[in-house]
Order: sequence, then C-alpha cells, then structure tokens
Amino acid sequence: MSKVSDFKEQVSKLTPKDFASNQDIRWCPGCGDYSILKQVQAVMPELGIPRENIVFISGIGCSSRFPYYMNTYGMHSIHGRATAVASGLKAARPDLSVWLITGDGDSLSIGGNHLIHMLRRNFDVNILLFNNQIYGLTKGQYSPTSELGKKTKSTPLGSIDHPFNPLSLCMGADATFIARAMDREPKHMREILLHANNHKGTSLIEIYQNCNIFNDGAFSTFTDKEIKKENSIYLEHGKPLIFGTKGDKGIVLDGFQPRIVNLDSDAELSEKLWIHDVYDRNKANILTRFFDDPSNEKALPRPFGIFYQESRFCYEDALREQLVGVKKSKGTPDLDQLLSGPNTWEIK
Amino acid sequence: MLRKFTRESLKDSSLSTKDRDRCKNMFVLGFVYWMYNRSLSSSIEFLNLKFKSKPEILEANVTVLKAGYHFADTSEIFSNRYEVKPAKMSKGLYRNIIGNQAIALGLIAASKKSKLDLFYGGYPITPASDILHELAKYKNFGIKTFQAEDEIAGICASIGASFGGDLAVTASSGPGIALKGEALGLAMMLEIPLVIINVQRGGPSTGLPTKTEQADLFQAVYGRNGEAPIPVIAASSPSDCFTMAYEACRIAIEHMTPIFLLSDGYIANGAEPWRFPRSKDLVDINVRFQKERKEDDLVYMPYKRDEKLVRSWAIPGTKGLEHRIGGLEKHQETGNVSYDPENHHQMVKIRAAKVDKIADYIPLQELESGSENSKLIVVGWGSTFGAIKTAVRDLATEGVDVAHTQIKYIQPMPKNLGKILSNYDKILVPEMNNGQLIKLIRDLYLVDAKPLNKIKGMPFEAQEIKSAILNMLNF
Ligand code: SF4
Repeated sequence: MSKVSDFKEQVSKLTPKDFASNQDIRWCPGCGDYSILKQVQAVMPELGIPRENIVFISGIGCSSRFPYYMNTYGMHSIHGRATAVASGLKAARPDLSVWLITGDGDSLSIGGNHLIHMLRRNFDVNILLFNNQIYGLTKGQYSPTSELGKKTKSTPLGSIDHPFNPLSLCMGADATFIARAMDREPKHMREILLHANNHKGTSLIEIYQNCNIFNDGAFSTFTDKEIKKENSIYLEHGKPLIFGTKGDKGIVLDGFQPRIVNLDSDAELSEKLWIHDVYDRNKANILTRFFDDPSNEKALPRPFGIFYQESRFCYEDALREQLVGVKKSKGTPDLDQLLSGPNTWEIK
Repeated sequence: MLRKFTRESLKDSSLSTKDRDRCKNMFVLGFVYWMYNRSLSSSIEFLNLKFKSKPEILEANVTVLKAGYHFADTSEIFSNRYEVKPAKMSKGLYRNIIGNQAIALGLIAASKKSKLDLFYGGYPITPASDILHELAKYKNFGIKTFQAEDEIAGICASIGASFGGDLAVTASSGPGIALKGEALGLAMMLEIPLVIINVQRGGPSTGLPTKTEQADLFQAVYGRNGEAPIPVIAASSPSDCFTMAYEACRIAIEHMTPIFLLSDGYIANGAEPWRFPRSKDLVDINVRFQKERKEDDLVYMPYKRDEKLVRSWAIPGTKGLEHRIGGLEKHQETGNVSYDPENHHQMVKIRAAKVDKIADYIPLQELESGSENSKLIVVGWGSTFGAIKTAVRDLATEGVDVAHTQIKYIQPMPKNLGKILSNYDKILVPEMNNGQLIKLIRDLYLVDAKPLNKIKGMPFEAQEIKSAILNMLNF
C-alpha cells in the first residue's frame, strides 16, 4: 500500500470524538457555544486533514476558550489579536489549516483593526465570529453589536452606541467569503463550515450565538418556531430568494431597492424574483443591508447562508512567490558574501 | 558664497542652475579633504559608481569636489592642516557597518546557522525602520518580512510565526514597545522564542524621535503586568549590534524565551569599521523541535522542562503532539489551564529561575581596561561604550588608573559581576537617562554606585566622563 493511501485511511478513520480534548467544558449550561463546538467537531473528520495540521487560534472572551476543547494544536492568545497571530502563523506555515475563534467584542471592538486587515490580505484562514451581542465573560456589558437602547450594567439608561453591521463591515474590507449561520441550525451550520473550509482565502462566518445568561433570546425572532420563517431567509446559490412560514414570500430588486412580494397575489412579480448569486458583489452588498430591526413591520428578512464569495490571491501565496522569484533571480545566497559586503579592506 | 563658488566652477556645464546648485556639498567635501590631508580618490570612485548612467552629473560633481580641494589649498583661509594617522586596529579583513544594518545581518546569520526561516513582523517607527528595510533587501535568504497594521499586530504575527517554528523577530522603539507590552507577556507565558529589538530614542511619550537616549531599560526589564521576566541584552557599538543580535537569537531559541535586545539611535545610525566574522566561526545554535510521538510514548507534556528549565518546542504538523497553549496560568507539566494557588506560586518562581539560569550560558563579565587595583571603575551599558573607553584611555596616558567594564547582558547579569564590583570603592555609572542601570546594580549588589546622567538626546563626550571621574577621585 502506498504511503498516501495509508495516510488517507488514517485520516478518514477519525471521528468527531477524536477532536474532543480531555478538558472539562466551562461554558454555562445552555450556552449556544456548545452547539457550535459540536458542529465543528462533527465536520473535522470530513475535511480529510490530519489532526496535527489543524490549528485553532482564539482571542479572549467566552467563545475564545474554544481551542482548549479541541484535540488539535491551539493557542488561546490575547484580546482581539488572534487575527494577527493567525496571520503570522499562516505566513510562516501556509501548509496548516488555521481556524480562528472570536466574538463580537474580541473581533469588532478591541480587535477591529486586525480583522479588517486580515480580510484585505486574504490569508487562507477560517474565522468563526460568535456574535452574541453582549460581553459575556465580563458579565454583561453591551457590545459593538448590541442594539441601540440596550439596557445593560454599563448602560442603565440604554445604549447610545450605533451598532456594527458585521457582514457589511467585512464587505467594506474586501472579504472574499462571508456567511451567516445560527447556533440553533446545526445542519445548516455544518454545510457552511465545509464551504468555508473549501474556500481559499479568509472565510468569515458570523454565527448568531445565544448567551442565555446575559442576553437570552437575542435572536429568538430567527429561532422561534412560530415566527422564524417570517423573519429569516436561507440563501442558496442559483435559487430565488423565498421565505415565509408557507414559503409564500419572495424578494425582488427594484433598481437597488429590495422589495418583499407576495408570491400568491403578485404572480407577475414572482417571475422576477431575485436569484441568489454568491459571486455578485453588488447584490451581496445589498444583502448585508438586510439588517432591519425585526420588530419593524416592513423589516426585510435576515439572510443566512453564504452571501458572497470571490477568488483572490492569498497573502501567504504571494509572499512565497516573491521568495521563490527572488531566489531564482539572485541565486542561492552566501552568508560569507553577505557578511563581507561589497567593500572590504585589510589591515596587516 | 558657497553657491557662488559652485556656480563659478560649473560655468561651462550644461546642467540647469538648480542641478548645479545641488553640487555645492561637494565643494565643502573637497575643502575638508584638503584640511585632513586625504586623497580624493575614494569619493571619486563612489561618484563614478553612483552616477554611472548620468555622465553630466558625474562630471559636475567631480569638478566641484576638485574645485573645493584646490580652493582650500590656494585661498589660505585655513593655515592648519591635520593628518589623522590610521587607528590602531587588529589585523584582519574589515568593512564598514551601520548599527541597524548590523542587526539585520546578525538576524540573517542566526537564521542561516539555526536553519530556521526568519520571520520579521514590524511597523514603521523611527529609528528602527531601517532594520525592516535592510531585511526586506535580503529576501533571497528566505526572509519573510511582514509590515503589519500596527505595533501590536507586528509582535502578535511574530508570535504566530514562532508557534509555527520560524525564528521570529519584531523591532520598534519606545512608544511601539509600550504597545507590544501585553503580547510580550503572552510570549513569556507561551515560552516560545521571540526576539524583540528596541532601538531606543528620546522619551517619554512621542518624545524626541530623532534623538538618542537609553531610557527604556526599565521598560525592558520591568514593563509588563504580573511578574513576567524576560532576558535583556544590549549592544554597545554599531558592529556589536551584529554580535548581540546573533546572541539574542541564540538565547531565544536555546532557552525558549522572548528576549529584549536594546540598541539606540546613536549606534543604530552610526558607522564603524568592522572586522566581520566568517560564518564558520559563529557559534552553533541548537534547535530541538520535539519529535513526533509514537503510539507507545507517554502523553506529551508541553511544559515539562530540561536541566536549563526550558520546555520543548513542539510545532504544528508534528504528529501526536497536539496541545493547546495560551496566556492563562498553566499547570507545571501538562500546560493545561490551572488556577491552583500552589501551582501559580511555583510557576512564577520557575519562570524567574529559568531566566536566571541563562547566566550559566553567557560569557563572564570582563574589564575593558584597568585592573582590580584601579581606584575607580566605570560601569557602562549600551552606546556609552565609545565615550567611556576614550575617557579612560586618555586618563591612563595622564597617569590616572581607572577600570572600565561595559555590561552587555543585563538580565540576567553575568555571574561574576558582583565580585568584580566588590573590588572598588568608587563606581561611576554614566547613562543617557535619569539613572536606570545604576538602580539595578544597587539593588542586586548593594554597592554605593554614583550616577552620571546626560538626558539631552545626545551621546556623552569623552570629556564629560573624564571630568566626572576626576571629580570622584578628588582631583
Ligand atoms: S456568559 Fe453567555 S456566552 Fe458566556 S458561556 Fe455563559 S452563556 Fe455562554
């Protein structure tokens, strides 16, 4: 048997259990993090990547304890900087599969700078941004994604901070893969995780994650059985944008203006439904703007799935190319030549 | 007048007036050549090289250079001419070297000798940027330079690269080092190799970016939250930057630790002749990556230590060594998160002992001049070396016997330093700050050292040190 098939067999023999470390999990019972951990462990064996070549890097926050629970290589770094650590790791070791775990405070507040720079450089890293719209680890202050008026310990009169629209921000930073998933939709999340892994470049998945202790029900509009289908729309490439409890609503584009149409009464318009195209940047920009307060009657449904994807060179590949190119043009370097420099003189 | 002379000597040139005026520095240079009785040939050679493709400009520069020389000769403005005899230097092959350039060469040499790829993460800042520029020139050595979005990203990317098995380096100056503080603590907890270079400038805050100072010693030794000991070494001259950059890499790798290398604006931009080493004469740097774990091997313990108190370097991609590290306090052997009080107490002690232990692996302190019978010892560190050396040498010719030692390994200090200091009643510590090394010395050795401080953004002059010595000796 050849080495390669040996190796593949070993990798394929792995199970989700092989990716669980022996550490006790310390998240609050009922936290959305559990589901995300489970889905990640579930898809790992499917990637066909040897366990030793996988690295999880996190910053600080509840979600950032994640690497401790994965039986892979991992680093729990400092607040907001996982993106910078992962950039260096990926530049040094493009052969590794690097996963980054972060939260809304970690990546959009203290680490906002590094996030946008990672996206524009397009390192081949998968970012899972757990958005629970609150600071959990520090016990319940509002976060940069908390809604306006939110009352927390640090905002007794209500937040006056206009919140970020994370995916729109990522589009602005020229991200090459953005998606949204939901902690309570495990099957959908697993699909998105696989797509993210297959994408060459930075993949960012914003995952709505319920913090049942400090912000319980933040996403209930999108998870409660009775109403979720009225308020959310699941995107599929090449398929029309249809939603609603009975699947009776669709979206058409009126110029740049998205409009909800009723498929039963607006038969003519339903021919012109918006067909989702993950490669269309303009449409993706509009989709990220489906961000209305769900309590607003005319609110557009919140999209889930892959918004946008494009193929663009990765920093680490361009770096390698330069290094190989310069070696070719300048030849193998000689340390003694470097030390002596072009001009020397002798003292006898 | 200078402009007039220059234009006059170029009256036949086809260059524009603006371009003619740009040659006036050559007039001055020619003048100086005459004053010091030196031949113009090296400058003409340089101009030939520089303006190879611009014969008109070349001709104009050479004409003005010669005009300056002849003007000095004939005008009799100066009646004094000086001749500087070649300095007494040991035999060997020399080249010219600038401090920041020497640091870059030291890093590249260490990368070649250790067979590790060099990764440099940094952010532009005066006066450290030239290290980045220098390294970027030598990408054919496989050097990865990463100009990060800020200082924090510069060091964090280097931490990531080190975790991946590269020889990782970051450099900055005081304000940038301040930003890197939290990440320094992380690197110390992770116990991975990392070289941090601080090319010091005048502080505090934005301070005096283009001036020199030695005021970041405390920042290097103490400037982190919690107890986070990091070794600190310092270069004492432009060429010493090479030696100490190489040493920084050796210590970082062999002791699995972040390490500070201190330089400053004076030596970073200063030049001197350098009897450069041959690569085969450089000491070896031993890298020991932890080998993959076989099925019957014991469970891997990331924080188990060897006799140097050093843990192993296990890089991703190595089978069977999957492990998690981070900034939370960790258990002594498993490296798992631990809040156990006894464990924390011991870990703080172990991390301090690990840095102290480096003293067994660095050279002993030596006297630059003088003997144990000298009446006084001058203790310097960093770029004060040249001025102290000159002062002490001058005094010797005047019959005043003074000893001089320059500390290059500051944390930990060489094991024999205390013994050396105990030989003297009088200890003078000149520093370009308000007194930092002196406090470390008093603290460690309980000696009555006296400070000499100059905080003017300028290096010492030998004369200033001489007077201080004479003062102390009651002359
Ligand atoms: S505080 Fe919230 S986010 Fe953090 S572990 Fe508990 S439930 Fe989860």
